[in-house]
Amino acid sequence: MTIPASWYLVLSVLLFGIGATGFLIRRNVLVMFMCIELMLNSANLAFVTFSRVLDDVGGQATVFFVLVVAAAEVTVGLGIVVSIFRRRNSAIVDDVHEMKG
Amino acid sequence: MVYAAVWMPIAALAGFLVLLTFGRRIGEPIAGWIGTIAITAAFVVSIVAWIGLLHQSDREVTQNLFNWIPIGGVQVKAALLIDPLSVTMCLFVTGVSALIHLYSIGYMHKERDFTKFYVYLNLFVFSMLVLVLANNLLLTFVGWEGVGVCSYWLVSFYFEKDSAASAGKKAFIYNRIGDVGMLIAIFIFVTHLHTLDYLQINSVAGAHLSSTDLTIAVLALLLAATGKSAQIPLFNWLPDAMEGPTPVSALIHAATMVTAGVYLLCRMNHVLAFSGSGRATIAVIGGVTAFVAATIATSQSDIKKVLAFSTVSQIGYMVLAVGSGAYIAAIFLMVCHAFYKGLLFLGAGSVIHGLHGEQELDRMGGLRKLMAWTYATFLVAWLTISGVPPFSAFFSKGDVLKGAYEYSKPLWALGVVTALLTAYYMSRLFYLAFTGDPRFLEATADGRPALHEPHESPWVMRIPLLVLAVFAAAGGLLGTPLTNFLTPVFAGNLPIPLSHGTQIALEVLDAVIAVGGIAIAWVLWRGRSERPSLTPRFLFRVWYWDDAYDAVIGRPGTELANFSAETIDPKVIDGAVMGIATLVRRTSLQARKLQSGYVRSYALLMTVGVVLFIAYLLARTF
Repeated sequence: MTIPASWYLVLSVLLFGIGATGFLIRRNVLVMFMCIELMLNSANLAFVTFSRVLDDVGGQATVFFVLVVAAAEVTVGLGIVVSIFRRRNSAIVDDVHEMKG
Repeated sequence: MVYAAVWMPIAALAGFLVLLTFGRRIGEPIAGWIGTIAITAAFVVSIVAWIGLLHQSDREVTQNLFNWIPIGGVQVKAALLIDPLSVTMCLFVTGVSALIHLYSIGYMHKERDFTKFYVYLNLFVFSMLVLVLANNLLLTFVGWEGVGVCSYWLVSFYFEKDSAASAGKKAFIYNRIGDVGMLIAIFIFVTHLHTLDYLQINSVAGAHLSSTDLTIAVLALLLAATGKSAQIPLFNWLPDAMEGPTPVSALIHAATMVTAGVYLLCRMNHVLAFSGSGRATIAVIGGVTAFVAATIATSQSDIKKVLAFSTVSQIGYMVLAVGSGAYIAAIFLMVCHAFYKGLLFLGAGSVIHGLHGEQELDRMGGLRKLMAWTYATFLVAWLTISGVPPFSAFFSKGDVLKGAYEYSKPLWALGVVTALLTAYYMSRLFYLAFTGDPRFLEATADGRPALHEPHESPWVMRIPLLVLAVFAAAGGLLGTPLTNFLTPVFAGNLPIPLSHGTQIALEVLDAVIAVGGIAIAWVLWRGRSERPSLTPRFLFRVWYWDDAYDAVIGRPGTELANFSAETIDPKVIDGAVMGIATLVRRTSLQARKLQSGYVRSYALLMTVGVVLFIAYLLARTF
């Protein structure tokens, strides 16, 4: 018995939804980061699924690129988060709104 | 030998360049001598060119210098046209210029800008020679503008004085209005004839131009001439130009530059010949200007103003002669006028120099004994301009009046009345300045201080007076040779001479008129310094001509400028600029609210955007 592709896609949508909702409603930078990771990986899941369904290796290759980019982004992002935390002793994003117009 | 002509402008230009470069270091009086020598060299060259021209049968020589402006079908060359007309002009221009350069060494003694004066003067002579020698309208225009700008610099030579500065501007602006005419004429010739060469224009104008175009061209040339030669309606600048040093008035605003308009019209005589109405306009403008300026000259109190209006009047005679077709008479009068009007101005300059700058006639008198040389030469000039035989103006003005008599009796009558006025106002000036009591020795009621007794001018000033006096007196001898020399230039366009009897009758009348004018002035002005009834305000204020221009052009122009400055600029132009700025500021004040600085609001916007985008895609699919 194989699991139908639509299940994977539903899982992917659920994961993306959780990630997006979490990103919108949480204030802690680290949690928001995790939500971003969640969304990225839901996209990865969709890529892999379609790669299997369409029998095309391109989707899987894209996933590797996304992983690399995500890793790089986390490195930079966490660096910024650490420096903000050092200055303010908190990691709440709403405290950082100096870029207001 | 004819081809030596090119060295004339080069000599003047060399003088200009040397003085411009080293003038300040050379200083007074050497700079003056350098300027004088340069112009004297030009005079010698012009004599050489003249003799060269006499010795050859072809009297129209074109000396190509270089290809100046080759555009498509129009080839404008920098070339000189050496013919009897241009050589005649060169001879008297350089001759009188050399004398006035010499005179200025004395007159400008101890002036602060002595060398600058000579820089301008040499540049002026260069420009004048370019104007006269050019073989095409465009090169003439270069000289035309050159003399204009030199005139501007020299009129406002004492630019610290407000009146001198504004007189310079006035001269410049009036001349610019005239230049429009010159440009229109140039445009017409380029468009229809594809050439600006005088010889070509003169030979093809009649065949290739419609009669309307011809008339427009002639009227445009007339406008140019009224600007440069101070004729109605643009004559007002010349009296004001007397703010310049007196040698400048003599050289530029009497002898040479102001005759450029007449020269231009003579140069274009083959074009003029095709437009009867154009020529009639020229004759009327000339005649009326001669009369109006003469009436004004009878009432002026400033010695130089009298001479200025006299110049306007005399040039009016020349223009009248041109309109009548008596071109040679116009040139003859121009040459004689250069002698006697130059002499009058230099004499007046000598008086002003002696009286330490006093120019008012009611402060002169009795100079006969104190300035013998000036008196004697001025006497000759006075008798000459009054038209007393056998002095030169009797012949030259007589020729003009003969031409006018043949062309139109009313204009001739106007000319004769003007001749009477000329004799009258010059005699008035002469009596007021040289006879009677020396009024300058006492202070006046209105607080002008008493002056010292004048001294006679130095020899550098007396020699030009003497030379010019000889030429002014004997210039009449030039009449016949000049006529023979110039006839080929105007071939076919000259009037048929009057019968011998008529000529003699007219000459006798001229002589009677001249003596009559002098006699009237003798009766009215002997031993008096003022007669208010004879110098009415209407004439003193130049027929309210300046006031009329002020009312019609000046004041509305000022009001328009004020309106623009006070209303259009702050409200319309600033309004538009500030309006755009305000609009941008208001919009961005609203727009900046979007940028809250909160990451969540950005994320929400992105989400909403993506959702909307997907909804759009879905809506399109189904």
